[in-house]
Amino acid sequence: MRALFVRDLALALRAGGGFGLGLAFFLIVVVLVPFSVGPSPELLARIAPGVLWLGALLACLLSLDRLLAVDWEDGALDLLATSPLPLEGVVAVKAGAHWVTTGLPLVLVAPVLGVLLNLAPAGYAVLVLSLALGTPALSMIGAFGAALTVGIKRGGLLMSLLVLPLYVPTLIFGAEAARRAAQGLDPATPLLFLAGITGGVLAVMPFAAGAVLRVNLR
Amino acid sequence: MSFWEYANPVKFLTLSERVLPWLWGSAAVCLAVGLIWGFFFTPDDFRQGSTVKIIYLHVPAALMAINAWFMMLVASLIWVIRRHHVSALAARAAAPVGVVMTLIALFTGAVWGQPMWGTWWAWDPRLTSFLILFLFYLGYIALWEAIEDPDTGADLTSILCLVGTVFAVLSRYAVNFWNQGLHQGASLSLDKEENVADVFYQPLLVCIAGFVLLFLALVLYRTGTEIRVRRTRALIARESRVA
Repeated sequence: MRALFVRDLALALRAGGGFGLGLAFFLIVVVLVPFSVGPSPELLARIAPGVLWLGALLACLLSLDRLLAVDWEDGALDLLATSPLPLEGVVAVKAGAHWVTTGLPLVLVAPVLGVLLNLAPAGYAVLVLSLALGTPALSMIGAFGAALTVGIKRGGLLMSLLVLPLYVPTLIFGAEAARRAAQGLDPATPLLFLAGITGGVLAVMPFAAGAVLRVNLR
Repeated sequence: MSFWEYANPVKFLTLSERVLPWLWGSAAVCLAVGLIWGFFFTPDDFRQGSTVKIIYLHVPAALMAINAWFMMLVASLIWVIRRHHVSALAARAAAPVGVVMTLIALFTGAVWGQPMWGTWWAWDPRLTSFLILFLFYLGYIALWEAIEDPDTGADLTSILCLVGTVFAVLSRYAVNFWNQGLHQGASLSLDKEENVADVFYQPLLVCIAGFVLLFLALVLYRTGTEIRVRRTRALIARESRVA
C-alpha cells in the first residue's frame, strides 16, 4: 500500500506536466476572472471565495483522467488487481496520491491567489481550512468518475459530465464557508457540513469505485 | 406464480403486449379528460388568471421526473442484486422519459414564472435541484451510450445511479442551505387536508393518473424495444459466425 502510494507520487512528480499543470491552470483561471468581470476591487472581493473554490475544483478535475487511465493502458492496473491489496484500497491510495499532488498544492497556493482577487483579510484562514477539508472529497469522487470511464476511449469529457454534478454539495458548502468568513459571519455550520460530506465520501466512495473498477477489469 | 417470473424476457414481452394497449388507451383517456377539463372547464384563479392552468402539465411532469429516477434506482438495485436483464433494460428505457419529464417541468415552470414572478428563472432551491437532476439524467444516459458491452454498461450505470441518488438528495438539501426559496410549497402532500382548491384539484388528479399511465406505457414499450434490439444483435452475431 505504501509502495503504491510512493510510486504514484514519484510518477506524478517526475512525469512532468501532471504536477505543475494543475497549479498553473488554477493561476490562469484566477488571472482570467478580472479580465472577464472587470478590475473593480469591491466586485472581486465579493466573488473571490467562489472563484477560488471553482478554480480549485476545475484544476482538480483537469488531472483526473490520468489518474487511472495511464495504469489501465499499460496494464499496471491488471497487475494491481491481482495483488493482495483489494481494488478498493488501490483506488483509495491513488485518490490519496492525487490529493497530495493536486489538492494539497492548491490549498497552499489559494491564499496567494486570494491576494490577487482582493479577498477580505478575515477570509484567508477559513478559505484554506475549507479547501483542506473539501479537496480530499473532490479527489475521491473524481477517482470514482475516473474508474467509471477508464474503459472508454476519450472518456475525459464524459467524466467531467459525470463528476461535476457530484461535486455540487462540496462546492456549495465549501464556497459558502469561505464567503461567510470573508463577510465576517460565522462559518462553523457550512464547515461542519463540509467535513461531514468529506468523511462520508472517504468512507463509502472507495467501495463504489472499487466495484466499478472490478466491472471494468472483467 | 411469482413476480420474478417476468424477469424472463419472453414472459415479460407477452405480458407487456397484453397490457400495453390498455395502458396506452387509459393514458390517452386520462390525459384528454384531465387536460380538457383542466383547461376549459375550470374557472380562472382570481389572482393568477388563466396561467394557473399550467399546473396540469407542470405538477404531474415534475412528479414523474422524480419518480422516474426512483424507478431507475429500484431497477438498478434489482439488476445489481438479482441480475435480471429486463430490469437493467427497464432502467435504461426510463432515463430518456425522465429527462423529457424534467424538461417539461422546467419549461412550463419558466413559462409560468415569467408573468407570475416576473422572471424566467431564479436560483431557487427547487428550481436548482431540478436542474441538477437534469444533469444527473444527462450523465446517466451519456454513460449508457458510451459503453459498448451491454452488461458492463448495465453494471456501471446502475452503480452510477446508486451513487447519483445519494448525491442528488444531498444536493437537494444543500441548495436549501445556499439560497432562500421563491417557489411555493408542495402543491400536493399527504399531511394536509387541502393544498389546492377542489375545482382545480380533481382534474389535476386525473392528469397525474394520465402521466403515470403514460410513463408506464412508454417504459414498457421502450423496454420491449430494447429486448428486441438485443435479440436482433444476437441473431446477427450468430449469422455472421455461421457465414
